Amino acid sequence: MRPDPIKRIDTAFFWDACEQGKFVVQKCEPCNTLWHPPRPMCPKCHSVEKTHQKLSGKGVIMSWVRQVRPASYGFENSPFVILVELNEGLRIVSNLISDSAPVIGDTVEVDFEKTVGGKSVPIFKRVVD
Amino acid sequence: MISSFQKACIVGIGQTEFSKASGRSEQQLAAEAILAACNDAGIDPASIDGMTTFSLDHSDEVDVMRSLGCEEIKYTTRLPQGGAASVSTIVHAKNAVESGICDTFLIFRAMNERSQYRFGQPHHSMSPDAHSSTFMEWCFPFGAQTPASWEALSCGPYLHKYGVTSEDLGRIAVTFRKAASTNPNAWFYEKPITIEDHQNSRWIVEPTLRLLDCCQESDGGVAIIITRADKAKDCKQTPVQILGAEYSMLFNHEIISDFYQGDLIRTENSEIVADRLAAAAGIAPKDTDVAMIYDNFTPQVLRQLEGFKYCGIGEANDYIKDGNLELDGKTPLSPNGGLMGEGYIHGMNNITEGVRQMRGTAANQIRNAKTAMLASGVAGAIIGV
Repeated sequence: MRPDPIKRIDTAFFWDACEQGKFVVQKCEPCNTLWHPPRPMCPKCHSVEKTHQKLSGKGVIMSWVRQVRPASYGFENSPFVILVELNEGLRIVSNLISDSAPVIGDTVEVDFEKTVGGKSVPIFKRVVD
Repeated sequence: MISSFQKACIVGIGQTEFSKASGRSEQQLAAEAILAACNDAGIDPASIDGMTTFSLDHSDEVDVMRSLGCEEIKYTTRLPQGGAASVSTIVHAKNAVESGICDTFLIFRAMNERSQYRFGQPHHSMSPDAHSSTFMEWCFPFGAQTPASWEALSCGPYLHKYGVTSEDLGRIAVTFRKAASTNPNAWFYEKPITIEDHQNSRWIVEPTLRLLDCCQESDGGVAIIITRADKAKDCKQTPVQILGAEYSMLFNHEIISDFYQGDLIRTENSEIVADRLAAAAGIAPKDTDVAMIYDNFTPQVLRQLEGFKYCGIGEANDYIKDGNLELDGKTPLSPNGGLMGEGYIHGMNNITEGVRQMRGTAANQIRNAKTAMLASGVAGAIIGV
């Protein structure tokens, strides 16, 4: 089964939100800039005061791969890995849950999937027109 | 501006055999390669007074001193960023000797990445903390767990935009293996491949990388000795000058997992390095006689040909189709067979090959080669005689 996320002090908020079914990114408190992946300091205004913001969860597939050999560790079948450009302009690596291969340019929407230790990670599904 | 006698020169190169099972420790491989480089240069290992290697290397500096009998080390540094560090070592070596901090500077890299651990396999024991080559936290739980998967994900937008096919990538692999087939030091000596072989090789990462698009995990060690021109004249070999060595890491970019910034089409850091190199060396990378371009995976060659300005953006595939990378072409590519054909010592064996080409002693010697470009993505160097 899918490995658990690797939490760190500066990133725990992201994974904790996933467990509550919320897809968030880091938001700088003073300057409101969004960042992903998270980081201890805002590179724009240098504040360490951080909060987070819920995203639309919608985006477009920029790139995809599937690890064939070796197969993805922990998974029953290697998943489709996608790079998503989110509507908010940030990018995230995730999975497309689908029977058919991803297509660059396809619109996707976030959902969540459980990991081996009962944690949760964001995954994406195609938006059906 | 420093005077000519202060300029950095490569005076010694050394390497072990490249294999799948060295049968000895990484520390011994390092020591053997270093001794070979010192002997090549005609210097006493005791005189080494500075050194660098990769942050990923397992041989400790003090341990190196203990084996080689180095009397005093005045400066050491370790370089992050995986194989992109390979040519960065030249930047540090040049600065160390031209500044006068060091007289005899050592670069080394040794690994049993096939027999002792598998460099290309999922790194599930790796620390989640950033180590700039890859930020595992954002890839691992999604099943992107190998260098091949990160590379393919990063190259996807480029390959898609310009319609680069698996056969196109195969042409690059065939080029490397052709050169390796006539290099007795290459793991794939006398083993050329065809496009059909490439197309029949199994998928490593869909939809991009087949087995023959990938370099091979190898055991081995490589070492290089750098000093200043005034000292180089007393060494055994013709000094190979470092005409320029430059490095650029840009905001919010990563090395192999470079997903978060830019259009993933252009490699702006390489473009910056190309411009700085041309200014420093007085010759552009595209006008040099040999191109040693880091080839962990075939798509890297396309992106670096464009990044280092051998051709325009989106033109690399045609540049290769036109035969420019053949050993008798305009841009002879890695005459040793590259990391795919000769062995993957994290890029360092491409540097020693560049030096041999300048000395005129390579297995596949490019005629009248006077300058060579050494490229590893974020770093580039031009060497010459």
